[in-house]
Amino acid sequence: MDGSSPLYATRVKVYPRAVSGTWRRVKWLALTVLLGIYYFVPWLRWDRGPNAPDQAILIDLDGRRGWFFDVVIWPQEVYFVTGFLILGAIGLFLATSLFGRVWCGFTCPQTVWTDLFMLVERLIEGDRNQRMRRDREPLTFAKAARKSAKHAAWFVIAAATGGAWVFYYVDAPSTLLKIFRGEASTEVYFFIGLLTATTYTLAGWAREQVCTYMCPWPRFQAAMLDEQSVIVTYQKWRGETRGKHKAGDSWEGRGDCVDCRLCVNVCPMGIDIRDGQQLECIGCGLCIDACNETMDKVDRPRDLIRWDTLARQQDREQARQPAPWRPVRPRTLLYAALLLLVATAMATAFFLRGTANLSVQRDRSPNFVRLSNGDIRNSYTVKVSNKEQRERRFALELRGLSSATLTVTGASDVAASHLAVHADSVGTFRVLVTVPGDRAPSGTKSIEFAVLDEVGREAATHGSVFVGPAQ
Amino acid sequence: MPTKIEKDSITGRETTGHEWDGVKELNTPLPTWWVYTFYACIVFAVVYSVLYPSWPWLSGHTMGVLGHTNRGELTQALDTQGQERAKFVNRIRSASFAQIRQDPELYNFAVAGGRSAFQTNCMQCHGAGGAGSTGFPNLVDDDWLWGGSIEQIQQTILFGVRNANEKSRQGLMPRFGVDGLLTPQEVSAVTDYVLSLSGKAKATAEGAKVFKEQCAACHQADGKGNIEMGAPNLTDGLWLYGGSRDAIYRSIFYARNGSMPAWGERLDEATIKMLTLYVHALGGGK
Repeated sequence: MDGSSPLYATRVKVYPRAVSGTWRRVKWLALTVLLGIYYFVPWLRWDRGPNAPDQAILIDLDGRRGWFFDVVIWPQEVYFVTGFLILGAIGLFLATSLFGRVWCGFTCPQTVWTDLFMLVERLIEGDRNQRMRRDREPLTFAKAARKSAKHAAWFVIAAATGGAWVFYYVDAPSTLLKIFRGEASTEVYFFIGLLTATTYTLAGWAREQVCTYMCPWPRFQAAMLDEQSVIVTYQKWRGETRGKHKAGDSWEGRGDCVDCRLCVNVCPMGIDIRDGQQLECIGCGLCIDACNETMDKVDRPRDLIRWDTLARQQDREQARQPAPWRPVRPRTLLYAALLLLVATAMATAFFLRGTANLSVQRDRSPNFVRLSNGDIRNSYTVKVSNKEQRERRFALELRGLSSATLTVTGASDVAASHLAVHADSVGTFRVLVTVPGDRAPSGTKSIEFAVLDEVGREAATHGSVFVGPAQ
Repeated sequence: MPTKIEKDSITGRETTGHEWDGVKELNTPLPTWWVYTFYACIVFAVVYSVLYPSWPWLSGHTMGVLGHTNRGELTQALDTQGQERAKFVNRIRSASFAQIRQDPELYNFAVAGGRSAFQTNCMQCHGAGGAGSTGFPNLVDDDWLWGGSIEQIQQTILFGVRNANEKSRQGLMPRFGVDGLLTPQEVSAVTDYVLSLSGKAKATAEGAKVFKEQCAACHQADGKGNIEMGAPNLTDGLWLYGGSRDAIYRSIFYARNGSMPAWGERLDEATIKMLTLYVHALGGGK
C-alpha cells in the first residue's frame, strides 16, 4: 500500500463494441418505436372544430387545458396525471419483479438516447478499437474533423429533442416557423436550450454515469428483485473454469468460457457480467448476443449468458431439472392487483366525469338578508363549467327549499332557466335565493343546486345550505 | 490521515483506512466529475454575485451590474398587469351601463374590479359583504335611502352624502328634542306611532297628530319615506340605527345625519362605474 488512496475516482471511459443478435434487434426496435412516438406525436392533427386547437396531443399551459384527441383535461382533473404516474410506478415494480431491469435496459430515455448517440459515434468514429486508437493518437486535423462532426451530429439530435419537447406544449407547425424566424417566446427558446443541453450532456458525455451515480432506481430496484425474477445471468457453473481455448483442444475439465472478453467489450456500462448481478447492470442483454457469437464460433451450446432466474440457476448448478419459472407469486400478485385497482378507479372516474361541472359558494357576509317585505334572502356565487366545444345553455334548479325564488343578478338578459356558458369555459353567476319570511327555515337548511342541459337532463349538482334567522 | 489502508480479501478493493470497533469500510471514491459540479456551483455563485445584489457593505450592499431589484420587478409586473387591465378599463369608461350589462365578459370584469375597489374603500363602514352595521346602510337588502337604481347608486358614490361637495345628497333630520321642537312626551308619542307603522306598538292619537305635522313632510303621510330627501321608509321593519323603542326615540330626539365622502373626488370614473355595478349586483339593485 502506498497510503494515498484517491479521494476521487477518475472515470474509466467506456468504448462499447458493436454487436448483433436478438437483443440488439429488440433494442433497435424499441429505439425506433419510442423515438418515433416522441418526435412524431406533436405533429399529429385532430379536428376539434373552429375554436379549439387542431393538435392531437397538446398540453396548453396558458389556456390551462390538456388536449388528448377527443379528451380535454381541465386543471381540476390533474389527478388523472397523478393516476398515470402511480400506474407507471406500479407497472415498473411489476416489470422489475418479473424481468429485472427491462425498463433500464430497453425503454429508459437515458438508454434510448445513449444508444442513438453511440450509433452516431460509431458511424463517424468507427467501432471500439478504432475509437480507442484514435483517442490515444495526438490531435490531427482528421481527428479534429471527425470529433467535430460527431459533436455537431449529437448537437442536432439534442436540439431536435428539445424542440420536440416544446411542441407538446405549443402548436407545433406555427411554432417551428417562429423558432427559425426568431419570433418564438423566451420560454420556448429556454426549454429548447435546456433540453438540448441535458440531452447532449447526458447521452453524449455522462452516459453510464447517469445510471450509476445519478439515478435512484438502481438503488431501490434490489427490493423488487427476488430469486424468481428473470435477469441477465452468467452461468458460472457452465463457464468456469474459464480460459483460452485453441481449436482442437479438449473441453474436458474446463468451462465453456473462453475469456474472449466480448461480453465486457459490448457492455454499455463497462462491467463484467461474469462477476454476477451488480448495481451497474441495466439488463440490456447485449452480453448475451456477444457471448452467443463466440459460442457459435467455438461450437459450444449457446446461452452461456442468458435470461434466467436465480432459483433455476441454482437447480442447474446442482444438475437438477430446473423448476418451472413462477411468474405468479405474492409479490407480482400484489403489484398486479394494485395496478388493476388504480386502473379501475381511473377508468371509473374517467367515464363518470360529466361534460359540465357545477360549483356553488354561499356568501357568508352577510349570512342572510331581510328584505323590506320581510322575505329572507341568501346569495350564492354559482360557477358552471362547460367542457364541450360549443356554447351551451343550462337551467339552474334549486332542490330542498319550497317556495324559493331564484334570481340571477348581472348581465341584463340572464335568467336562472337560461344560463349561457361559452364553449370550453366557466360561466360565473351571482344567484339570489329568496324565501317568504314565514316560510324561511330557522337556522341552517341543506339544499342542492342542479343544472339541467338543453334536453332537461341533469348535468351536475352541488350541495349547499340556506340560512335563515334563528327563531 | 487514513493509516491502515488494506486490500479487502473478498472484493479485492481497498478500505478507507479507518476502523470503528472492528468495522472497516470499502473505499468508494466519488467520480471526479462530481467535484467539477461543485466547482461549477462556485463559479455560478461568483457570476451571480457580480450580476445581482449580493455582498453586504457598511451601508447597504453591492447593487449588481444588472441593476436588478425586487421592487423594480414588482413595478414592472404591476405595469404589465395595468396594461392588460387597461383594455377592459377603457371599454368600461366609454361604455354605458346598459352596454356593459349586455357584455358578460366586460360585466364580470367590472363586478370583479368593483369588488376589489369596495374592499379597499367601502368595507370599513359598509362591511366586507356590504351588510353594513348600525349607522352604515346595508347594501345587500332592497331598502335604499337614496335609491337603488344604477344611476342613483352612481350618483351617491360620486358625490356622497351630507359632505362639502355641493352636489352631495342633502337631507336634514331636525333635532326635535334637543332643539325643543317637540316635548319629550310628544317624542315619546310619535315613537310609538312610528313603531306602529311596522306593527310593533299601538299608535295614539297624539302620536298620529305629531307625525302628520312634523314628520310626514319628509317621511310621507304613510311613513314610506322619500328618496329625494334620504328620508327612510319607516314601515318595513328595517332600521339603520336600530329598531328598539329606545333607539327610535333617540333618533327623533337627537336626529341622525350620517355622511359619506364624495368618491368622485378620489376615484377615477371607471372605478366608480365598476363600484356602482358591484353594489347594484349585491342583491338590492333595482
